[in-house]
Amino acid sequence: MSNLEKYDEVFMTNFQVSREQLPVLTYQSVSVWDSVGHMGLVASMEESFGIMMDPEDIIGFSSYEEGKRILENYDISV
Amino acid sequence: MANSRLLDKKVCLITGSARGIGKAIASRFAEEGAIVYANARIAGSIDDWAKECSDKNETQVIPVYFDVTDYVTVKQVIMQINREQQHLDVLVNNAGVVSYELLGMIQPDNLRNMFEVNVVAMIQLIQLASRLMSRQKRGSIINISSIVGVNGVKGQLAYSATKGAVVSLTKSAAKELAPQNIRVNAIAPGMIGTERLSAVLEKNFSERISDIGLGRLGKPEEIANACLFLGSDLSEYISGQILGVDGCTVL
Repeated sequence: MSNLEKYDEVFMTNFQVSREQLPVLTYQSVSVWDSVGHMGLVASMEESFGIMMDPEDIIGFSSYEEGKRILENYDISV
Repeated sequence: MANSRLLDKKVCLITGSARGIGKAIASRFAEEGAIVYANARIAGSIDDWAKECSDKNETQVIPVYFDVTDYVTVKQVIMQINREQQHLDVLVNNAGVVSYELLGMIQPDNLRNMFEVNVVAMIQLIQLASRLMSRQKRGSIINISSIVGVNGVKGQLAYSATKGAVVSLTKSAAKELAPQNIRVNAIAPGMIGTERLSAVLEKNFSERISDIGLGRLGKPEEIANACLFLGSDLSEYISGQILGVDGCTVL
């Protein structure tokens, strides 16, 4: 599974959304991506990629696209 | 070794394990079969003890050396635990500093340092540990507060303020982490006969023994037993509580 597939899978599993919805997905754009859902997303992302994110990255993880950029901080190219 | 031990194969991180209460907690947890990550600051300082403790209890006591205020290293150790054990069951936030200063004598640098160690570092450890625990939907976090954090005391305003913060952060963390089935409790020890306290007790507080209902100082092992209860499944419906272990002390 590529990094992009793993990344997409985390979103689709956590938020029950389709792949087509992902590019425009932003924090609070769907009801399940609230503050609680956000921590669940972070936990899943960390588990999938074997990382622990810093608080500023957790806060900055504001969209599907922004998350890809943030993962680069952990040497992960999506 | 019997497999009915209360913490059999549970992975536990205990900060401030070099001596006193932390060392007693680490020893007690090892007796009950826990895999203990025992933190100390000075590299190599608990290697011999950790080996003895591992052999005696047929478990693993693994020294991890870091300063709790060093966020980068703390994070590396949490990731090390995840890599080696794939989970973390219990965090005991025991590391702390203490001071005895009357209000007018409080030095700002000491005050800031005490908050950094006793409060900020504790919150960061809870942040990191709870992220591992949330993956398994299970965990127990035990914070060491103090009777002075609950009741206040003359001559320890700064210290009591940090330990009061531990009480409130424990209650808030318990509420926030309950949906992940992570329990958060605190222990508020009274006067415990560690070397550290005994040294200052004679100098500053010899009259305080009469404040203890049970008429004696507590033992580090008695705090360890309370931690064992909160860390084990015996307390699986208990969260957000501050357990006084103080021999019925009235301050």
